[in-house]
Amino acid sequence: MVDKVPKPTRRYLLIGTAAVSTVGVVATAVPFVKAWNPSAKARALGAPIKVNISKLQPGETLGPMPAWRGQPIFIVRRTPEAISKLEMERTDLADPNSEDANQQPEYAQNQHRSRTPEIGVYLGLCTHLGCSPKYYGQVQPEAFDSEWQGGFFCPCHGSKFDLAGRVEKNLPAPSNLLVPPYSFESDDVIVIGVDEQTA
Amino acid sequence: MSEISENQGVIARALAWIDARFPLTKTFESHASKYYAPRNFNVWYVFGVLSMVVLVIQFLTGIWLTMSYEASGENAFRSVEYIMRDVEFGYLIRYIHSTGASAFFVVVYLHMFRGFAYGSYRKPRELLWMIGMAIYLVLMAEGFFGYLLPWGNMSFWGAQVIVSLIGAIPFVGPELMEWVRGDFVMSGITLNRFFALHVIFLPVALIALVFIHIVALHHVGSNNPDGVEIKQNKDSSGIPLDGIPFHPYYITKDFVAIVIFLIAFCAIVFYAPEMFGYFIEKPNFEIANPLKTPEHIAPVWYYTPFYAMLRAATFPFLGVDAKFWGLLIMVGAILIPTVLPWLDRSPVKSMRYKGSISKAMLALFVISFFILGYLGTIPPSPFGTATAQVFTVIYFAYFILMPWYTQAEKTKTVPERVQDH
Repeated sequence: MVDKVPKPTRRYLLIGTAAVSTVGVVATAVPFVKAWNPSAKARALGAPIKVNISKLQPGETLGPMPAWRGQPIFIVRRTPEAISKLEMERTDLADPNSEDANQQPEYAQNQHRSRTPEIGVYLGLCTHLGCSPKYYGQVQPEAFDSEWQGGFFCPCHGSKFDLAGRVEKNLPAPSNLLVPPYSFESDDVIVIGVDEQTA
Repeated sequence: MSEISENQGVIARALAWIDARFPLTKTFESHASKYYAPRNFNVWYVFGVLSMVVLVIQFLTGIWLTMSYEASGENAFRSVEYIMRDVEFGYLIRYIHSTGASAFFVVVYLHMFRGFAYGSYRKPRELLWMIGMAIYLVLMAEGFFGYLLPWGNMSFWGAQVIVSLIGAIPFVGPELMEWVRGDFVMSGITLNRFFALHVIFLPVALIALVFIHIVALHHVGSNNPDGVEIKQNKDSSGIPLDGIPFHPYYITKDFVAIVIFLIAFCAIVFYAPEMFGYFIEKPNFEIANPLKTPEHIAPVWYYTPFYAMLRAATFPFLGVDAKFWGLLIMVGAILIPTVLPWLDRSPVKSMRYKGSISKAMLALFVISFFILGYLGTIPPSPFGTATAQVFTVIYFAYFILMPWYTQAEKTKTVPERVQDH
């Protein structure tokens, strides 16, 4: 006769087998999940890059260029007027003092969001959905803003950033443009991707 | 099973031989010649069959495209140009595939609307409906991954925008985004994995889901425009009084629909395969450029209602930022029809017997779907955003208020048997 109620020993064996199998399935999933991570080649291509800025004039920008992990980078040299504008009190910016620590290294946690007030290095990807903003450096009325003070404008969803990559309030982008880790090798050479100051 | 006798013809004997080893006749009978469908189907009931036709078209043309396509960041764009110019009839096969993608969504959206209107999701068809929703999700993923493959500039930036949405997920977002791309930017690595998902994983999942969709359908039987359960009225031999065999009655009718569909489909393939930028967008004739965003990014038309809702989230709410709200609203809008079987509390199934509130809400829902679809194709503007916000609310109101308005209204009496009109 078949006993329809499993004996306690058999039940424990069933539970044990199920538990061990689950561990096995999870362990087997690890290589499949890990295979999706950036490969060694992709990481190598993301190595630090040197940029010579000796020919960059005040008010101009270098970029967007694929300078950090293949992502577009802007390097701006700001005019003295532009720098003084960055130091003004602003209520129309979402994060004027760079309090969101994820958006820049510590040395750029200031009003100009850079190591030195003159040179700024920003990732040219809108913090909304990753479009590439355009540089509009001149203080002049633009189609998207009649009182434009110079900065970056994202054509996809209309987010506006000032010359330090600080986003205006109540626009789709939630945070300021990312400042990548960078350092000065000399006055004219910037290394993007490395934090340490070597000069 | 019949005995094999010398008096039978060759075909009958061959069939008997097979039937003894595989349930061929039995399967044909239970799914076609003795599968009874309600006799009152109208034109809305052809879109299920048409989706299967499009699935076959996509499967076939997809295999042929794979023969000439190269999935790599360096060669993908060039290989698509090669298909268009150098492969014999390559342009035709590609245009059938790209038009097929849009046709798929046309027939699937009409098929879903049929379900909305006649209450096809109601008991006992809840699981059938949910399997259908799973098919819809896989189809959306299939379209999204496929759109990256030509590696045009709109392919690149469209995928960049959608993958960036993952970054809006709190805590794990940025790492998850890198994991999905396999790189710090959209690159050939991303292209390769999207290709694998588009040509292997998702098609297999799609065909499996379509199979169980039909298994579930043939178990519960089709709903019909009157929402009457035909199985409740059977004759003495157990055949539904209002049912007719699927074969030959509906198979022959379906062929008429297939012919009409193929005429329209071919007309588009031959005369307007790009559909003025709605099926293949203009920036996609330029190779992907990671440094240059197209002036205006819009997805292909079948995603635009949800894209408009994503863009409509412009302010933080309940401590959640606008970007994450956008993601939640978009995903919510896509998924919410899944729970329709439990939202609809009306005593009747079909719109024919529901009250005026249900009819008005369904009309508003369809209008909002079209308006949002249009708004998603045009560049953002303050007026457009405000309009999208209003219609996003209407879209969700159709679902969220359903438990109340379906109970509050006065319904007509459902007849015992299906009606002749």
